[in-house]
Amino acid sequence: MAMSEYTPPELMVAAAAREIADGELVFVGMRLPVLAYGVASATHAPHARALFELGLMRDRPAEAFLGTMGDPPNVAGALWATRMSNVMALMAQGMADLGFIGGAEVDRHGNLNTSYIGDRQRPDVKLPGSGGGADIAILSRRWVTLMNHERRRLVERVSYVTSPGHGDGSAGWRQRHGLLGGGPTAIVTTLAVFRFPPAGGEAELASVHPGHTVEEVRAETGWEVKVAAGCGETAPPTEAELEQIRRLDPDGFWTGGKR
Amino acid sequence: MREAIARFAPDGATIALGTCLEPAIPFAAGHELIRQGRRDLTLVGPISDALFDQLIGAGCVERVVAAWVGNVSEGLGHAYRRAAEKGEPRPIEIHDHSNFSIALALWAAAWNAPFIPTRTLLGSDVPRGNPGLQTEQGWVRVLPVKPDVTILHVQRADAGGRAHAWGPLGITEEAGLAAERVILSCEELVDAEVTLSDPNRILLPDAKVAAVVHEPGGSHPAPLQGYWRRDHAAHREYAGRSRTAEGFAGWLREWVLDVPDRQAYLARVDPALRISRHRYSAQVDYGDE
Repeated sequence: MAMSEYTPPELMVAAAAREIADGELVFVGMRLPVLAYGVASATHAPHARALFELGLMRDRPAEAFLGTMGDPPNVAGALWATRMSNVMALMAQGMADLGFIGGAEVDRHGNLNTSYIGDRQRPDVKLPGSGGGADIAILSRRWVTLMNHERRRLVERVSYVTSPGHGDGSAGWRQRHGLLGGGPTAIVTTLAVFRFPPAGGEAELASVHPGHTVEEVRAETGWEVKVAAGCGETAPPTEAELEQIRRLDPDGFWTGGKR
Repeated sequence: MREAIARFAPDGATIALGTCLEPAIPFAAGHELIRQGRRDLTLVGPISDALFDQLIGAGCVERVVAAWVGNVSEGLGHAYRRAAEKGEPRPIEIHDHSNFSIALALWAAAWNAPFIPTRTLLGSDVPRGNPGLQTEQGWVRVLPVKPDVTILHVQRADAGGRAHAWGPLGITEEAGLAAERVILSCEELVDAEVTLSDPNRILLPDAKVAAVVHEPGGSHPAPLQGYWRRDHAAHREYAGRSRTAEGFAGWLREWVLDVPDRQAYLARVDPALRISRHRYSAQVDYGDE
């Protein structure tokens, strides 16, 4: 198979990796962001460091596949193995430049629901909950969410805010409510990338993944999509990015699927 | 294990488990709780990999005080869903937390503080479902959560209750300090000479420890640094079979109810999951004169 063919999750990982700048401290989270940190570290961000909420700091990706952040290869070679409160302390001090949070449901102001679909007392779907998501959303300097792009997931207003984004979208909402970090800067989906203006507010369509269209994004999004000036095509994963993704996930556990 | 659970983890107890997050989860102890038919438990934890889901599905649980319940590599907790959505096999009460707030709640109990103020959870709906989280103007009051018993699986311990644990610890120290008592299960039961040679590595004061159980493989399918890799396939199998109540019941019979103890369980586990590439740390010098 040619390297230039790739799966949708591989593109998402590459797009997420590009959100990481060199030298940043990244609060990594679960699943695809673990790969995104590995890709960034091995390509454009060799000095980026990773924090893992169970109590780890690393300056390079693990040498073997990770099913979870707690797998032994993620501990071997760590810069610091410690307790959760200590890594939360760094994030509470504003030292985590970037966090990643997976979402089940997101709205146009970037608020995430990973807790309850429907009534909290008798939910239609009980999702796993916050984990460290709410902490990342409130305390990291900025954050990015990754999710499948479906109309039922990208909604006008989430029914339950697990991880607050830009609240009601009004200017200064986060500061008014005492939230420390700057909030979400991007939503990376299976179809597109949305970005938030620097002051927060509403997500704007920044790029559409190759093979997809703005019309398709509109049809699969539950709010009236605002298209940013200069919206183009998401750059596909480079050979170097794909090589790293396939080194870190050789059996396609996270990034498998139809290329 | 049978005796430790029978004596120190009664019906209605508040039990902290899975405090390292993904690694070192005391699955053997959890399965013994199920075999002994415990009821009305309150489970306390951060993210909890499949063990909380299993205890909920087995009908042991009345209340969950946690940040996340599911299956870390597979996603949703299907037994948790059935309990929360349909009240099957019994309704459960959910006290939501974030990872940081459950850590703070345990620290509050450990320090015997009335509450700990924090800025996490501002702007979130998580406090709405939890009487132990109260939002003020610009901060959140986290009330103490005190386990009756905290159950830990560690690399090694002596019979006097001194444990050595390494790798990321998650909320283990606060869960142990906050608890009325601690049950330790360990890969290796060692002489006190070994643990006392490195007192900085001793996890908790021995006075907290009510029982030490020598239970090799006690964390499977969760990993344990230096001893066991994570069994991703077992997590996948559980996720698949637990999708329906019938599938869950079959899984539970096969892996818990019809298994007398951890030794019999381990006979069915892939031996390749044992860690064989060891990486030892340098020794430290406690020289004193």
